[in-house]
Amino acid sequence: MVEPSAYLLLSAILFGIGVVGVVARKNVLIILMSVELMLNGVNVAFVSAGSYLGDATGGVFAFMVMTVAAAEAAVGLALLIALYRLKETIDITELRILKW
Amino acid sequence: MVNGILDSLWLVPALPLLGVVLNGAIALFAERPLLLKQAGLPLAGGHGSHDVAHGASSASGGHGHGDTTGGHHETPFYRKLVALIAPGVIGAAFVVALLCVLSLAARPAEGRTFVQILFPWIQAGSFLAPVGFQLDPLSAVMALVVTGVGFLIHVYSVGYMSHEPAFARYFVYLNLFMFAMLTLVLANNYLLMFVGWEGVGLCSYLLIGFWYEKQSAADAGKKAFIVNRIGDFGFILAVFLIFWTFGTVSYTEVFAKVPLLSHSGVLTTGLATAITLLLFLGATGKSAQIPLYIWLPDAMEGPTPVSALIHAATMVTAGVYMVARSSALFLLAPDTMMVVAVIGAATAIFSATIGICQTDIKRVLAYSTVSQLGYMFLACGVGAFTAGIFHLMTHAFFKALLFLGSGSVIHALSGEQDMRKMGGLRKYIPITYFTMFVATLAIAGIPGLSGFFSKDEILWQSFSSSHGSPVLWVIAAAAAGITAFYMFRLVFLTFYGESRMDPEVEKHVHESPWTMTLPLSILAVLSVIGGWVGIPAVLGGSNLFEHWLAPVFQPVAAAGAHAAAAGAHGAEGAAHHPAALEIGLMALSVGIALCGIGLAYFLYRVRTGKPEEIAKRWPTLYDVVFHKYYIDEIYEWAVVQRIVSGSVWLWEMFDALFVDGLVNGIADIVRAAGDRVRRLQGGVVGGYAFSLLAGAVFLLGYILYWSVVQ
Repeated sequence: MVEPSAYLLLSAILFGIGVVGVVARKNVLIILMSVELMLNGVNVAFVSAGSYLGDATGGVFAFMVMTVAAAEAAVGLALLIALYRLKETIDITELRILKW
Repeated sequence: MVNGILDSLWLVPALPLLGVVLNGAIALFAERPLLLKQAGLPLAGGHGSHDVAHGASSASGGHGHGDTTGGHHETPFYRKLVALIAPGVIGAAFVVALLCVLSLAARPAEGRTFVQILFPWIQAGSFLAPVGFQLDPLSAVMALVVTGVGFLIHVYSVGYMSHEPAFARYFVYLNLFMFAMLTLVLANNYLLMFVGWEGVGLCSYLLIGFWYEKQSAADAGKKAFIVNRIGDFGFILAVFLIFWTFGTVSYTEVFAKVPLLSHSGVLTTGLATAITLLLFLGATGKSAQIPLYIWLPDAMEGPTPVSALIHAATMVTAGVYMVARSSALFLLAPDTMMVVAVIGAATAIFSATIGICQTDIKRVLAYSTVSQLGYMFLACGVGAFTAGIFHLMTHAFFKALLFLGSGSVIHALSGEQDMRKMGGLRKYIPITYFTMFVATLAIAGIPGLSGFFSKDEILWQSFSSSHGSPVLWVIAAAAAGITAFYMFRLVFLTFYGESRMDPEVEKHVHESPWTMTLPLSILAVLSVIGGWVGIPAVLGGSNLFEHWLAPVFQPVAAAGAHAAAAGAHGAEGAAHHPAALEIGLMALSVGIALCGIGLAYFLYRVRTGKPEEIAKRWPTLYDVVFHKYYIDEIYEWAVVQRIVSGSVWLWEMFDALFVDGLVNGIADIVRAAGDRVRRLQGGVVGGYAFSLLAGAVFLLGYILYWSVVQ
């Protein structure tokens, strides 16, 4: 039996890598992937907590998050393509129009 | 209707208003396009047709020009229409006013107050100011003088202004003036009177500046308007005080409450003095008294019939009418009465002396008007309101005639106003000469003519009344002598002696058309007989005029006696003077007037070089009088410059520095703050994500920290 804290540590590491990816990378595609990584880190925490507590709710939430993640990936990629057609770049530092 | 013709009283001011509307339409749609076309200007304010009209007028420019020069020989139809409408409505108003007054006269003396309320105008709480007209003996005199003299001057204007391009505009203003003036005299409350008061002021401004292309005319209009503002400010404050004291502004209610409130101590002498002094301030502005008389001589820049109508016969007498109307209040304030009498007498003699040295024919008459208005105020100040109104009426006749006569002279001389370039006109324009001579006799106070009766009534009252004093009589009599002198100087310089005209002008001298000479003749007749309604009892007359006005002033006189009883003089003091004294003073004043005439004859007919000698002997004195005692310059220095420099200070220190500094300062602070905060939104998505993260971490840490601490 692996310690529950190990699962949570894995979850935190995955989430942290995702956060760093979102904040530090310039490529929008990589950022989207990093967001997926964060979501999956959360999923690990849900599933392990559900298993540890013997409660199905954790698993259900994990599926819920996956569904949202799938939808988000679809929408995010669609936006990305539209953005590329418009600006011919997916470098986040070039996309500075989001300001007053 | 029970009141018969009196119910048509509203027509008296309404008819001139109709004239304004009709003539206004003609001026706007017939005359203005024509004048603009002649000036080669496009029609301003047109919608889509702007370019079209412009193109058309420039394309057919030559043709249009030929058209207008051809049209000069024949009077355009619209001008004939205006010449018919403008005097027509005033004539109709005169007829209605006359019928109303006759119907009023048929009533018993104490029932001669007719009030017609048309509709409520301002209503707020207990305050009600209706649009209503009141016809009583006092307003009846005013209405008849205004419409009667006004009608004659309208007829005269048709002839005098016949060469004027802006013919319709002139009559719009003139009719508008009549409407405002009749509103002023017929109003049944102070607030509506104020509307008329402002209305005549506006028309005065418009008509003084009628030839606005001329800088001096535009300036004179502004001067008149601004000086009048000072007086109007006093008037409106007085109206506020009246409402505050009496709770109403209508004449009948105010005067009915006067005895009650003065008994109960609400209307103290101090309060009455404040109200009447403010009213009198208004009167000094409108009626050109010291210290606000300076605008009237400059007002001569307007067309001469305007000077006759507005600045001699009607508008400038509005102050006298207002003081007489408020006589019940004035009699409660002996201090104000004294101020009125002293200002009146001082103005009478002061402006008369200025009149001696003027060379412009109209300016002599202007100073004469100021002087005669001083007489009227002197009469009011000594409590002889009847005499004041009587002189107002006779003055309207002979002064209107003098102005119209001078207009006829100016017309004959193609615009020359300088008396030094006249002379010997008697044989060229005999009708003008004769009528003006009659008016001059009247104003000089030659027995039998209108001016004699009214002026002598004032002189006698200023001597004998309980408010009067011999000093006032001496001043007024001296002013009468000076008046006779400068008026005959005017006649001698203009009509007698060798011609001093420019040869070019002399060729064109002509007697005026009948539209001008007929009003002159009618006014000449009135100048002779106008005084016969007020022949005093001591000369065997019945003084109808005094009896006619008695219902207006009699209850007032009773109240005045009550107030005066506290003073040293009894009201009956007047009755103690013997008839011999009255006759004697009368003879003395006639003697003074004859001396004035004799002196004028000596200086300007016998020894014509003498006036210049006198001027050379006392150059300083002559200079000071010739420059009107430098009053304009003193005002310029003491008032205008102070106000200008004060305004500049306020502009630079308060407006530019304080107000603008406050507004701009706040704007600067907001902009600087925005400049800092702006940097937070750099548009870099990573930055936003990082702040999101930082916020989340901070919140999480905060919550965890507190949950651990607790």
